[in-house]
Amino acid sequence: MMKRDECFRILARHITDEAVVATYSSAVDWVEINPRPLNYLSIGAMGLDSSHGLGLALGRPDRRVVVLQGDGSLLMNLGSLVTIAAAAPKNLVHFVAHNDTYEANGGHPIPNPAVDFANIARAAGYAATYDFSDLRMFEQQVAHVLEQQGPVFATLHVEPSKPLNYDYPALYDPEKRKAFKAAWRPG
Amino acid sequence: MEAPAASRAEAGRGELSGGGIIAAIKASGIQYVLSVPDITTSAGLLAPIAHDKDFRLVRVCKEDECIGIAAGLAYSDRRALILIQHTGFLDSINAIRGVAVEYKLPICMMVGLLQHDPDKTPRQSSRYGVRIVEPILDDMGIAHHFISVDADVGQIKPAIEEAYAESHPVAFLIGRSPKQS
Repeated sequence: MMKRDECFRILARHITDEAVVATYSSAVDWVEINPRPLNYLSIGAMGLDSSHGLGLALGRPDRRVVVLQGDGSLLMNLGSLVTIAAAAPKNLVHFVAHNDTYEANGGHPIPNPAVDFANIARAAGYAATYDFSDLRMFEQQVAHVLEQQGPVFATLHVEPSKPLNYDYPALYDPEKRKAFKAAWRPG
Repeated sequence: MEAPAASRAEAGRGELSGGGIIAAIKASGIQYVLSVPDITTSAGLLAPIAHDKDFRLVRVCKEDECIGIAAGLAYSDRRALILIQHTGFLDSINAIRGVAVEYKLPICMMVGLLQHDPDKTPRQSSRYGVRIVEPILDDMGIAHHFISVDADVGQIKPAIEEAYAESHPVAFLIGRSPKQS
């Protein structure tokens, strides 16, 4: 079992000009590790992370989009796996942090922690899928994962993290949305 | 803005051309159509749009996905129209609340009113689900336009242009099945 923040520290070494879509616990960890204008944090409704990512990927096929979604969030929008597979954006890499819990909502378990997201994504039609439980393996493979022609899906099996400070007003600051737009819109 | 019932009933004897609506959508710079099929707009809008090379149609599994996808496209300076049924609109209220209203994004929705009597305004509908659509839009502060006859189609392009210029959502309520061109 890995820790989410450790995975994100490794991932951050490989991030350059990608849009990174992150929400809730993933966003808290990611922003602490890698604050940057190209972080897309204002999702508006739980579960829509993957759909926002698809829109960004379709809108800028010349740029790569990385989605950092939680397991509870993806469960609210499982159909998006089918939509994304059908739309087939080559530039979308979709991670799910699978910690078995609704961490931002009190740590209650998701309905079935044994759910196999990577298999669901594969069956939905993603071009490549991965499943990581070992940090060293993730570190060895992450560059390869990011280089694959998408849509790419990867489950990160992680422990529930230490208590986080959910500063939503800061995460959803309108100035962050303005900064993202300025950094992302076509030149 | 709601037309008086008498004039709306008169207009209800008119027709609505799918080709006219599609021309207005194209003139508005819409490149992406995001949709779950809706029986009111199925033959007259979605079917021809699916075969129209000027559009990229993204078929989604559930209507609220459209709200996120349209937001991502808007940040990328790409214009999208969401084509759904009023039941899907109702199901997507929280996404519309967060993304379209609170984040003030140009989310453009074309909403088919299932089983609506085109001789009536949406507020006069015998269908509860149709009757509550306009009051919900009003409460959320979302601009909306009732499109039931060809004379209404002229509202589409300026409303979409305004939505993108001022970054706010807009809804078009389709009151009768558009005819296939």
